[in-house]
Amino acid sequence: MSFLGSPALAFQQSASNPWFSWHYIQQNADQILTDTRFHFITTIEAVALAMVVAIPLAVLCYWVRPLGAPILALSGVLYTIPSLALFAFLAPFVGIGVTTILIGLVIYALLLVIQNTLTGLQQVPEDVRDAARGMGYGRFGMLWHVELPLALPGIITGIRLATVSTVALLTVGVIVGQGGLGQLIFSGLHTNLNRAAIATGTILCVALGLALDVVIALFGRLVTPWARRRAAS
Amino acid sequence: MGAPKGGVVTYFHQAIVWLNDPLNWTNPGGILDALRTHLIISGLALLIACAIALPVGVWFGHIGRGGGFVVAFSNGTRAIPTYALLAVIYVAGIAGIGAASAVPALAIFGIPPILANAYTGIREVDPEVHDAARGMGMSGIQRLSQVELPLAVPYIAAGIRTAAVQIVATATLAALVAGGGLGDIIYAGFGLTIAQGGGQILAGGLLVAILALLVNAVLGIVVHFVTPKPLRTRRRRRRRTAAVATEAGV
Repeated sequence: MSFLGSPALAFQQSASNPWFSWHYIQQNADQILTDTRFHFITTIEAVALAMVVAIPLAVLCYWVRPLGAPILALSGVLYTIPSLALFAFLAPFVGIGVTTILIGLVIYALLLVIQNTLTGLQQVPEDVRDAARGMGYGRFGMLWHVELPLALPGIITGIRLATVSTVALLTVGVIVGQGGLGQLIFSGLHTNLNRAAIATGTILCVALGLALDVVIALFGRLVTPWARRRAAS
Repeated sequence: MGAPKGGVVTYFHQAIVWLNDPLNWTNPGGILDALRTHLIISGLALLIACAIALPVGVWFGHIGRGGGFVVAFSNGTRAIPTYALLAVIYVAGIAGIGAASAVPALAIFGIPPILANAYTGIREVDPEVHDAARGMGMSGIQRLSQVELPLAVPYIAAGIRTAAVQIVATATLAALVAGGGLGDIIYAGFGLTIAQGGGQILAGGLLVAILALLVNAVLGIVVHFVTPKPLRTRRRRRRRTAAVATEAGV
């Protein structure tokens, strides 16, 4: 299974090696579509999983103050570990496949979502909480109806950051053959340094990240109409 | 290829065995060679990033403009995969071949934290301190060098620390493109089958992770000592808030 050769050995420039080539895109349309779809779906899966884990953790940090520092510190340490090293830890145990990538991506997204959700929750004004308590909200009622909605801008920021960095990070999955659009870059590096393949993969990847960022930002505006009204008045 | 057989203990054992073989350290291309390349690439990239980001960030902070640009640049680079930029710069051939071609790409990813922290550090200087300096008759350059810069040291040092950790971590990816650095050990391990290379992969991962955490810890101490004493306690609380905006993906 030696699918990883050295790109340095393939350093032979063909006569024309343009950065952009319709011919390349037409020839490889199927592959490009498959990789883009994989990239998109895996990103969504990773961010969704990260949210499911991180938002409850952030609430826990918010409720139980002493837990905040260790949880943030641990996710900070995990965030410092290089992605390739993390995949290296996981690969021998989880195997070579999409699960390895997914676990890695979730771990990196965690810190961003936890930090920003916590910041959002901590910014809920004390008098708002007082008012909610006075209206008879319990702990969970207040969380669901008052605190989480008011923390939405923070949560959305966390999800945006996590999504954009997940899209970028997923390319490192080439190490286990699951890099999504990174596979285009990989194949470009390993077939006579084909510039068109590398540029196509790069541009689609950046475009996907920015597009998802804009979509989530718009969604955030939709679900927090009060934030806009306040800014307008 | 599914999950490998052999179990957790086997791979840890293999990793220890691999790390215990002195030849794996001293061979040409062994751990010591890889570590040297890794540190040289990272150091050069950090120097370039500082040389670009510090003057720009400090100047923007001083004139109080360019905040939008700083944010846009941070967000923009976050969307660019490191692997992609490494590949583009390598194939464009503008930085030579081999490990050196990783330097410009790593430098670009080191810029945002340094830029953002230098800008924020200068901007955060208390307006009253500013007024006092002006009232004492200090010129713009004097205010910058004698008042703003010293007060911004905690931020600037924290930014350089973030950038350094990020660059050291990201330099691992150089192995995927042109080779060089500790990432080579992991990459070579993946080139074998998991049964054969699992131990080496794990060993490489450990080395890289330890290096990143070590750089983070050592620079944490450095940041503490370069921070003027009266600023030390306040700094800790403040850096947290700046960190959210500046730390980019690995």
